[in-house]
Amino acid sequence: MTTGLLLERVTLRHGDGEDETVALDDVSLHVEPGEIVAVVGPSGAGKSSLLAVAGGLTVPDAGRVVVDGVDLAGPERVRARIRRTRIGYVFQSNNLLPALTAVDQVRLPLTFGRIENPRDPVELLAEVGMDHKSGRRPHQLSGGERQRVGVARALVTRPGVLLVDEPTSALDRRRSHEVLALLAQETHEHHMATVVVTHDHDVLRHCDRVFEMIDGRLTEERPAMA
Amino acid sequence: MFLTLRELAFARGRFALMGAVVALIAVLMVLLSGLSVGLVNDGVSGLQKLPVTSLAFERGVPTDSAFSRSVVDSAAVARWAERDGVTDAAPLGNTLVNAKSDRGTEIDLALFGVQPGSFVDPDPAQGARLGSAPHEIVVSATAIDAGLRLGDTVTLDRIGTELTVVGVLDGQHTFGHVDVGYVPLRTWQEIRAGAGPGDPVPAHAYDEITAVALRTAPGTDLAAGDEAAGTASMTLEESFGASPGYTAETATLGMIQVFLYAISALVVGAFFTVLVIQRKPEIAVLRAMGAATGYVLRDSLLQSAVLLVVSTVVGVAAGVAAGAGLSATPMPFALDLGAVGVAALLLVALGMVGAAVAVLRVTRVDPLTALGGNR
Repeated sequence: MTTGLLLERVTLRHGDGEDETVALDDVSLHVEPGEIVAVVGPSGAGKSSLLAVAGGLTVPDAGRVVVDGVDLAGPERVRARIRRTRIGYVFQSNNLLPALTAVDQVRLPLTFGRIENPRDPVELLAEVGMDHKSGRRPHQLSGGERQRVGVARALVTRPGVLLVDEPTSALDRRRSHEVLALLAQETHEHHMATVVVTHDHDVLRHCDRVFEMIDGRLTEERPAMA
Repeated sequence: MFLTLRELAFARGRFALMGAVVALIAVLMVLLSGLSVGLVNDGVSGLQKLPVTSLAFERGVPTDSAFSRSVVDSAAVARWAERDGVTDAAPLGNTLVNAKSDRGTEIDLALFGVQPGSFVDPDPAQGARLGSAPHEIVVSATAIDAGLRLGDTVTLDRIGTELTVVGVLDGQHTFGHVDVGYVPLRTWQEIRAGAGPGDPVPAHAYDEITAVALRTAPGTDLAAGDEAAGTASMTLEESFGASPGYTAETATLGMIQVFLYAISALVVGAFFTVLVIQRKPEIAVLRAMGAATGYVLRDSLLQSAVLLVVSTVVGVAAGVAAGAGLSATPMPFALDLGAVGVAALLLVALGMVGAAVAVLRVTRVDPLTALGGNR
C-alpha cells in the first residue's frame, strides 16, 4: 500500500476547445509520511489546482491520486468522506468561521461525522500556542493567530495528508516562519505527508523538498535548506 | 446543531430582525384567524346551534339568498316528517327586523319563528321557553350584552308588534351579524306579513314558512324527500352560504390568509437566499474540509426551523394577548385555539418550504472555491 500522498501522471484541463488550458500537465509527485514539501511558482502556474486534485476537490482528466493508500477516483460523496477522515486542509487567511470561537473551530471537523481516534481540541490548541485565546472569535485574533487555529483545525482528525494553501500570504516575516515551523514540526511528529503551496521563498528552509510549478508542469527545484 | 446554534447566537441581531418579521406575520395571522372565527360566529352561530342536520328551502331559490327569499308551504313539513330516515321535521321562519326596547335600547334582531315544543324550540339558560302566549321572544345572550333585559318589551319598527323577552339563550346566537330572537311561528308569520297589532292577517300567511328544519339519520335520501315535498334541501353547513354576507366575508378573509402564508414563505425564502449567498465562502470551506452536503443542508434547515418556530411562538403569544383585548370590544373577534394552532403550523411549514428552496443553493457551492484567490 502506498502511504502518504501519491500523484501519478496527473493531467487536469480547464475549459474546452480553443479556450482549453492545461492546469496540470502530466504531474507526478510522491510525498512520504513525515515529509513536508513546498510547491512554489507564479500565479496561475497550477499550484491551487495541484492542491485541489490532491485533496479530492476535483477529479483529474488523467492520472491517479492516492491518499494514505486510498484512490481518490470516486464520487463526491466518497471523496468528501476521504477529505473528512484522511486529509487536513489549511487555507489562506480568513478561512475561519466568524461564528465560532478558536476551540470550536478546532472541534468543528469532528462534528462532520465519525472520526477514529481524533486529537483533543483543547490540547491541540495548546500545542499550537493558542490555548490562552481559545474563547476568542476570528475577528479578535491576529493573522498569525488565525492561521495557528487553522492549523490546529486541520490536524484534529489526525490526517495522513496535510494540504496547505498559501499559509503566509497575510503574515509578516516573523509570523510566517512561526507558522511554517509549526507545520514542519507537526508533520515530522505525526508522520503526515504535507504539501505547502506558497509564493514565499523565505519560508522554504522549513521544507524537506521544494518543487517548482510553471505552466502546469512540476519540477523538483532543489533540496530545501535544513 | 453544533454549528446551527453557534451561528444563531453569533448573528443574533440579523436573525432577531428576521424573527421579528415572522413574529409580526404570526400576530397578523392570529388576528385574521380571530376575525375569521368571529365573523363566522357573527354570521352563522345561530344556525350552528340549531339541532338540525338539513334545511329544506323553496325549490329554485338562489342559494346565497335562500333565507331571505325562500317561501315554503307549511304542508311540506308533514311530507318531510313521513319520509324514511327523517327523525324530526319542523317549520322554521326567518326574518330580519329592527326593534327598540321599552328602556330605549335599539337593536336589530334575526327572528327565528319556531313551533313551541318542536325540536327547534330552544331551551333558554335563563327565563322560560316559548309558551302558548303569542308575543314572546327568547333572545341570544349577545342581545343582553347589547342592552336588552329579561322582561323587557321589544317593539318592532314599522308594524309596532310588541314582544316580551321571556328567555335568554346561553352564548352567542347570531345570524348575519344580528342577534337571534326565537318567536312562536304564528307570531313570526304575522310579522313577516307586515301585520301589526289589530291589522288583518292574510290567511295564506299562516301557511308560509322559510324552510323545513330537518333532523335526519345518516344516509337519508334528501333528494327523494325534496321530490316528494317540492323543496330544495341543503345540509346545515351548506345553508351557512345562504346567510347574508357569509360567503363574501369568509372568501375575503380566506384570500388574505392565503396571501399572508405566501408572503411569509417568500420573505423567509428571500432571507435565507441572501444568507446562503453571504455564507458561500464559509460553506465552501466546510465542504472542502469534508462536510457532507447533508450536513450543510441540515445546518441551514435547522436554522430556518429554529427561527420559524421561535418567532411563530412569540408572534402567536403576542397575537393571542392582543386578541384577548379585541374579544372584549364590539369587533367580531373570537380566538379558536385549534384554528390558531393549524394556522401557526401552516406558517412554519410554508416558511420551511421557502427556506428549503433557498438553502438548496448550498448544494451548488463548489468546495474548490475555498482554495487560492477564489475566496
